Amino acid sequence: MTVRVQENDFDPTTELDALCAGRDDIGAMVSFTGLVRGGDVSEMTLEHYPGMTEKALEEIEREARNRWPLQGVTIIHRVGPLAPGARIVFVATASPHRAAAFEAAEFLMDFLKTRAPFWKKEATAEGARWVDARESDGEAASRWTREKS
Amino acid sequence: MKLLYFAWLRERIGVGSEDVSPPEGIETVRQLVDWLKTREPRYDHAFAETAAIRVAIDQEQADFDAPIAGAREIALFPPVTGG
Repeated sequence: MTVRVQENDFDPTTELDALCAGRDDIGAMVSFTGLVRGGDVSEMTLEHYPGMTEKALEEIEREARNRWPLQGVTIIHRVGPLAPGARIVFVATASPHRAAAFEAAEFLMDFLKTRAPFWKKEATAEGARWVDARESDGEAASRWTREKS
Repeated sequence: MKLLYFAWLRERIGVGSEDVSPPEGIETVRQLVDWLKTREPRYDHAFAETAAIRVAIDQEQADFDAPIAGAREIALFPPVTGG
């Protein structure tokens, strides 16, 4: 498993290649790449809680492995100032069959958004503003708890 | 103990971290925040809406009723917005 919090960009293809390198037992890989949306936002700055962020991401990864038969997981989140169009987050999952890989990737993103200590600040022509947490993100994460019970 | 603040909470308080020694009788996160609010107006301003504030004790999510005894690091922050 790979969990990284970094300022630098990443290459999704390289990460996917690394996830399955040297193996012939993986049947499916699913990845999600989140990008900074432009529009009226000229720059997005990501703040995080060093130490706790990594622990939270590792915990989410463990939780995903407990739920699905995963052969590999990669989570990368960037911090610092990011321009519109820049890659901001990447999750990838590997499993013998696609259903587990799809579901686990979605689960990882839903939990990352509500559990990992990152905060976004947007710069716009009218000034800078902290992004508010979205209720829909909380609902997306809680459906996994409901489905489990 | 060490207090950490993030995002707009950090901006309103003016520092990202500080060491504090709460007086006796401050036993929970809620009491800690109420005590901070009495110190200076910037804390009162920062903690005006505690419903919008989350807490972690020693890097684990906690709530406002959690005891703070023995905590090395308490972080206060707005709801997270990563991803």
